[in-house]
Amino acid sequence: MSGSAQTRRAPLLGAYCFLVFAFIYLPVVILIIYSFNHDGVGGFPPRHLTLDWYRQLFADSAIWDTVLNSLIVAVSAVALSLTLGLLAALALDRASFPGKALFRRLVLLPLILPGIITGLSLLMFAVVSGMHLSLFTVFLGHGTALISVATTELFAGLQKLDRAQEEASLDLGATPWRTFWRITLPNLKLSLVAAGLLIFTLSMDEIAVSFFLIGRENTLPLEIWGRLRRGITPEINAISTLIFLVSVILIVIWYRIRSRSLRADARELH
Amino acid sequence: MNLPAASVMETPAANAALLEVRSIEKRFGRREVLKRLSLNIGAGEFLTMLGESGSGKTTLLRLIAGFEQPTSGEIWMAGERLDTLPPYKRRVNTVFQNYALFPHLSVQENVAYGLRVGKISKTELAERVTAALQMVKMLEYAAARPAKLSGGQQQRVALARALINRPKLLLLDEPLSALDANLRKQMQGELKSLQRQLGITFLFVTHDQEEAMALSDRIALLKAGVLEQIASPREIYSRPVTAYTAEFIGQTNLLHAELRDGVAVCGALRWRPNLSTPIAPLKNGPVLFSLRPEAIMFASSTLPADSARFRAKIHQQLYGGATEMLELDCGAGQLLRARIPARAALTGEYDFAFLPSDAIPVREGA
Amino acid sequence: MYSRLYKSLVSIPPLLWVSVFLLLPYALMLVHSFWLVRDGILVHDWNLQNYLKVVQNPVYASVLFRTVRIAASVTLLSLLLGYPLAYYLSFHAGPRKELLYQLVIVPLWVSYLVRGYAWKTILGSDGVLNGFLHYAHITNEPVAFFLYSPFAVVLMLTHIYTPFVFLPIYASLEHIPRPLLEASQDLGATPRATFFRVILPLSMPGLLAGATFAFVLSLGDFLAPLLVGGPSSTMIANIVQSLFGSAYDWPLGAAISVCILVLTISLLVFSERLEKRWAFK
Repeated sequence: MSGSAQTRRAPLLGAYCFLVFAFIYLPVVILIIYSFNHDGVGGFPPRHLTLDWYRQLFADSAIWDTVLNSLIVAVSAVALSLTLGLLAALALDRASFPGKALFRRLVLLPLILPGIITGLSLLMFAVVSGMHLSLFTVFLGHGTALISVATTELFAGLQKLDRAQEEASLDLGATPWRTFWRITLPNLKLSLVAAGLLIFTLSMDEIAVSFFLIGRENTLPLEIWGRLRRGITPEINAISTLIFLVSVILIVIWYRIRSRSLRADARELH
Repeated sequence: MNLPAASVMETPAANAALLEVRSIEKRFGRREVLKRLSLNIGAGEFLTMLGESGSGKTTLLRLIAGFEQPTSGEIWMAGERLDTLPPYKRRVNTVFQNYALFPHLSVQENVAYGLRVGKISKTELAERVTAALQMVKMLEYAAARPAKLSGGQQQRVALARALINRPKLLLLDEPLSALDANLRKQMQGELKSLQRQLGITFLFVTHDQEEAMALSDRIALLKAGVLEQIASPREIYSRPVTAYTAEFIGQTNLLHAELRDGVAVCGALRWRPNLSTPIAPLKNGPVLFSLRPEAIMFASSTLPADSARFRAKIHQQLYGGATEMLELDCGAGQLLRARIPARAALTGEYDFAFLPSDAIPVREGA
Repeated sequence: MYSRLYKSLVSIPPLLWVSVFLLLPYALMLVHSFWLVRDGILVHDWNLQNYLKVVQNPVYASVLFRTVRIAASVTLLSLLLGYPLAYYLSFHAGPRKELLYQLVIVPLWVSYLVRGYAWKTILGSDGVLNGFLHYAHITNEPVAFFLYSPFAVVLMLTHIYTPFVFLPIYASLEHIPRPLLEASQDLGATPRATFFRVILPLSMPGLLAGATFAFVLSLGDFLAPLLVGGPSSTMIANIVQSLFGSAYDWPLGAAISVCILVLTISLLVFSERLEKRWAFK
């Protein structure tokens, strides 16, 4: 039993950290402010605040088509990644087979490799197998790359799972299949939701891998990218602001879910 | 309660005071952990702070080490103010409960850690490290990493690491609590002889009263942030001041007696107590007595005339090897415990007795 | 407890998928690197010419050198920003630690493109920064080198990767048992000495992990140069990207990609070995 040590104040370090926080947040804050600026994307100070750019954005059907495309890809990627990620996590947690270590590395590789490598290799695969580039190939790219995210989260969730519950279920006469659906999966609910949220957000924002796998139809990030080539308008600020807000909301929810499950574990230990 | 509230009976330290704790108060938020506590530690003594968890003993230790600041009060060491110094400037070293050995350093680097702070030649450093490791019998593990050592071995390294700096005062925060029983007994003996050999003042914290009694020159019993009693082990065992002390250290029977005209009556027990006590003379009315189980014996004719005799039925017999603990039913729900040398199984009623001088009057609380 | 059937059922689908969609594509890339493009057509002639071109062409060497320089700058700057931040949160933030942690984490997952675009609008000749400097009478002319320069690329990537670097450092700092710090001070070391002798060594695994992450991902980045870098900041991944685009030479592009892949994996392996050596407990 030790008393709580008082946290020492460190004013200089605190000031430095404030600057670091400013560095992290300021650019996006400026971007958001200028989405309301009448006079365009640059210059200083922003005057004539207006919602025109948002009005223009909402009337821009081309962008919303790509938003729909991104949503389709993201939802499909979530389904694929979660399924394969769950199986991979189960395999890593419970099965032993030759090359297991290599398998784990391979699954986690897209997380740490630059996107261009993953994108290009899949591009070559698509071409060699005669696939046309389209949203489907983008979906394949996202789904494959994001298995790593699903596996990581679900593996952590499995580790926290009380094995005794499954054993009790089998002991009471349920088949492994039934045990999986009625015991294992419900216990993984939090991990599944958290992983799904994260994969969804990452897929919506993904650009490096998608760059090489895109066909005629764009995803949202690539649509924005294309427009940037033509010139910067505050409409891009507006859509960026919206992307930022939605991402933040999703990530905060994801974080809360994770904290909730961590706190539940801590309670169980008492 | 007959005994007037008076100051705690204290056996003073044998030597001049090395450390003076003056009216220390410590509050965490609204919780008062230490309430105006004062005590002195003599140079070269082995003082144990004993108490339950929450008694404040660890907090006081941390205050002396410098990891906490007192809310009010002062700590002085060797004539100089201690509590205003940061921990790295105090001539005090600590042996932590979980040893806190640096995992990225070897055993000898751990031990040498404090020496590297000052200017010291390489040869002298190596010599002192070797000597310290030899003292705790860990020289052959000098190059090992702490993770490879057992609990007892880590503890020795922690000891060497603290002692090599030749502190004026060594603080030990329940250092043996993580060890198993046999190892504990062994380490207790080693600690005691080490302290005697080095002559360094030890301030030892534990919740284990047997450990405290075995090791200490004096025991300071803390209860809820207050010093209940501070005395040598023999003194504190044979003359506890409060009921709490009597019950915490060793076992006892607490007798709620009524004193009338020199005779104390408690259930089936009657005796003539000694009316003058170290604190104040006993007066008529309710008095609380502490009677140790080993003070109760079978009645016999060889006992002095003023022995208190009573008859009781043996309710339970708990065999303990060398001795036995008998639960005696004195009638009307009065149960006493008696410790006697082991003998064959007993049943039925017997006559028992105790010497009046063994019934020690105690206060309810400090 | 788990039957052979169960174990096969769970391991085979992901194994299969990963083999087909990860292993096979990498193999294909390797294979492509040994082929050639003649007269605008891909020809399956096995040869090592592409690798020879990689080694011999001085342009590639200088671009690679620039890329490494940029990646190293990004890593260094991210560490200079991320480490103190993690340190402050872990040791000085007190009750606000959780909230501040969220504040650092959340931007981490927000779109790369949004953040890169933000810098583009800020750094340009008629961007926000120049506008501000002009408004505050600090400059008269717009400063050109803010945008379309390696400076901008480093700035943008540092912005992206500082939270990435923060995460593992914070985790390893949190793992340091606080009694070790008390023990260090108890033995006579000042807080400053405690940092260098205890905290820093014990946070090395996290520092290495973060630094490797930032370096490897910066090394292979092609979007930042396109967005804010301009022609003077071409990085090695841009060369690859153009070889797969307008400069149509897939085999050469594949060869350079393989080199990047090998370099990256070597760095990862090396870093992992170091981390293991410095991880205590």
